[in-house]
Amino acid sequence: MQNLQLLLQAPVFNIQLLLDGMFIGAVFALAAFGMALVWGVMNIINVSQGEFVMLGGFITLMVVQAGLSPLLGIPVAAVVLFVLGWALYRGIIWRIVEADMFTSLLATFGVSIMLQQLMNEIFGADVRTVESGLGIWFLFDGMVTVTQIKVLAFVLSFVIGLALWLFLKTARLGQAIRATAQNARAARILGIDTDRVYAATYAINAALCGAAGALVVMAWSIHPYMGLPYTLRSFMIVIVAGLGNLAAVISAGLGLGVAEQFAGFILGAEFQLAFVFLLLVAVLVARQVMLARKRQYLK
Amino acid sequence: MISRRTMLSASMLAVALALGGMSTTGAKAEDCSITLGAAVSLTGKYSTNGKHTKNGYDLALKVINGKGGVKVGGKTCKLAIKYYDDESTPARAAALAERLIKQDGVKFMLGPYSSGLTKAIAPVTEKHKVPMVEANGASRSLFTKGYKYLFAVLSTSEQYLKSAIELAAENADKMGKKPNELTIAMAIENDPFSQDIRAGVMEDAKRFGMKIVIDDKLPKELNDMSATLTKVKALKPDILVVSGHAKGAATAVRQVAEMRVDVPMMAMTHCDSAQIIKKFGKDAEYTLCASQWAPTLKYSDSYFGSAMDFAKLFEKTYGYAPPYQAAESAAAVLVFKDAFERAGTLDPQKVRDALAATDMMTFYGRIKFDETGKNIAKPMVLYQVLQGKYVVVAPSKWAEAKAVIPRPKWSERK
Repeated sequence: MQNLQLLLQAPVFNIQLLLDGMFIGAVFALAAFGMALVWGVMNIINVSQGEFVMLGGFITLMVVQAGLSPLLGIPVAAVVLFVLGWALYRGIIWRIVEADMFTSLLATFGVSIMLQQLMNEIFGADVRTVESGLGIWFLFDGMVTVTQIKVLAFVLSFVIGLALWLFLKTARLGQAIRATAQNARAARILGIDTDRVYAATYAINAALCGAAGALVVMAWSIHPYMGLPYTLRSFMIVIVAGLGNLAAVISAGLGLGVAEQFAGFILGAEFQLAFVFLLLVAVLVARQVMLARKRQYLK
Repeated sequence: MISRRTMLSASMLAVALALGGMSTTGAKAEDCSITLGAAVSLTGKYSTNGKHTKNGYDLALKVINGKGGVKVGGKTCKLAIKYYDDESTPARAAALAERLIKQDGVKFMLGPYSSGLTKAIAPVTEKHKVPMVEANGASRSLFTKGYKYLFAVLSTSEQYLKSAIELAAENADKMGKKPNELTIAMAIENDPFSQDIRAGVMEDAKRFGMKIVIDDKLPKELNDMSATLTKVKALKPDILVVSGHAKGAATAVRQVAEMRVDVPMMAMTHCDSAQIIKKFGKDAEYTLCASQWAPTLKYSDSYFGSAMDFAKLFEKTYGYAPPYQAAESAAAVLVFKDAFERAGTLDPQKVRDALAATDMMTFYGRIKFDETGKNIAKPMVLYQVLQGKYVVVAPSKWAEAKAVIPRPKWSERK
């Protein structure tokens, strides 16, 4: 309660929390785009989502170690992850597309453990960060600070979200993806190579996560065991936003980020993630109640 | 085809001869050998520190054997260590300890890396009455269970940031306050080890009458402290205490600089494993760091020489400067050697009693165990990052320089 009073007395700190929450939320949304896509199109909950984010971070680290600009890490991570996603589909995922959800959960969980240990073997368990080389803005007499890399992350999430939306609406492959999501069997009958659509969907998901990871390593930090919270947050965002609505994904992501920051401030850092799950339960209950009311109307 | 086969058999013969030769000459040169068992983390999340631990053990082994080995009751014994990889998981560590003792017949154990794994192994060594000297399990809870065969060369966790609070009290006037007017913000990870550190800070704060204004427990999944640091900005405490392994240290140094959080003192643990100087350069300046050991300390012994000599030898051997995890691991082997020689026998019970009576000076500091098995003779030291180097600033007996308190505001730094 004391902390709540603090926010009322010095409203400037609200701005800091709001901004930080929106920046981190945008990155959550980026990873959640991919999860919504894979879930909606292939009916797979990809548990290795967080590990793709982590891989994106390590690839950026390699880009920097090779003496290149860290910002180049964003496209490089996306491209490398796209290829990896495609390869994973051809190696593993294609076998589980038609299988029940339990099998796909187990398989992607296996992939996540494998990637974790692989990165641990190669890079060690240390926490890594990369300096973006961008500066910091000071607002309100230095009371509010904004690192430019976080702003870039925020803008980029919107741009990528928009690009993805356009791609799904207008591009040939995008339309094929939507058709497959609606009815895979019908799509196949109409001559869509659904196998290729699935591969592309999974690869796009990995690429989105890779870009998110590049932003995470520059704005925050990464290590081989960081994946799970990112997977869970993506899951939560998709649950709240639904599968077919990218705008809802981005607003759920931002909302989640902001909620986390305020919970961390008011209740203490130990409740920052706990609050997220509380929120998840609340949203699910609320949805259930609303749906039940709708069903009563239909009766 | 024939030539290949002859070559093969010839080489096999050569190997056999070499092996045979080795064993015969070996038998002549030494009267006996003592095998210490160790499960260390070579893979999994502790692999970095597990490597430091193993390197420390190996270097001590090399030095002791190089100086003639261990003299036990008229015989000269060579030391050896049998390693297994515990994969950073407690269940695996416990199973491997069981295997080392029962199948491999190991009578003496060296500790693994981390409090959690030590906690898993200690009941096993205790059950089989096998003495274990450990160097990397600092959790206070290890020493409240009445273990008789567990000895730790390092300072326990609740002492980690004690000297930081004492330093704050000493320097209260520089911050324009009395010691009991100082306020503390704590951001400490939510795991047993870090919470022990928190308990130590709380105790000391109480002793000086300091007030704790922020008490955040960071979840281990979190790589963002900005909510906590915003609170620090709002409440303006005099001391910010951070402890959350390497991740906590790295996150705090980075975000305190990014958010321009001005606080007169910032003290944390795990600075060297997070490599804050190398990674964050100027942003790490003036950070106070708790450490078990520092190469600049004036401790010395007859095996490694001074702390600095150890550091040089280690760097020459492994190509990197020794973190304290390596130093304390090497010290654990020295403790065993000392105990073997004083016991004059390899009977585990007698060696255990000799270990309990240990009182020796090493390059790592003085080692003397209390009845619970923890080292009570060596203080924690506190570094400050000054001009890109760790400089010991507390306790005053070993200090190389005076601590810079309060640290300059971000707006005044160039």
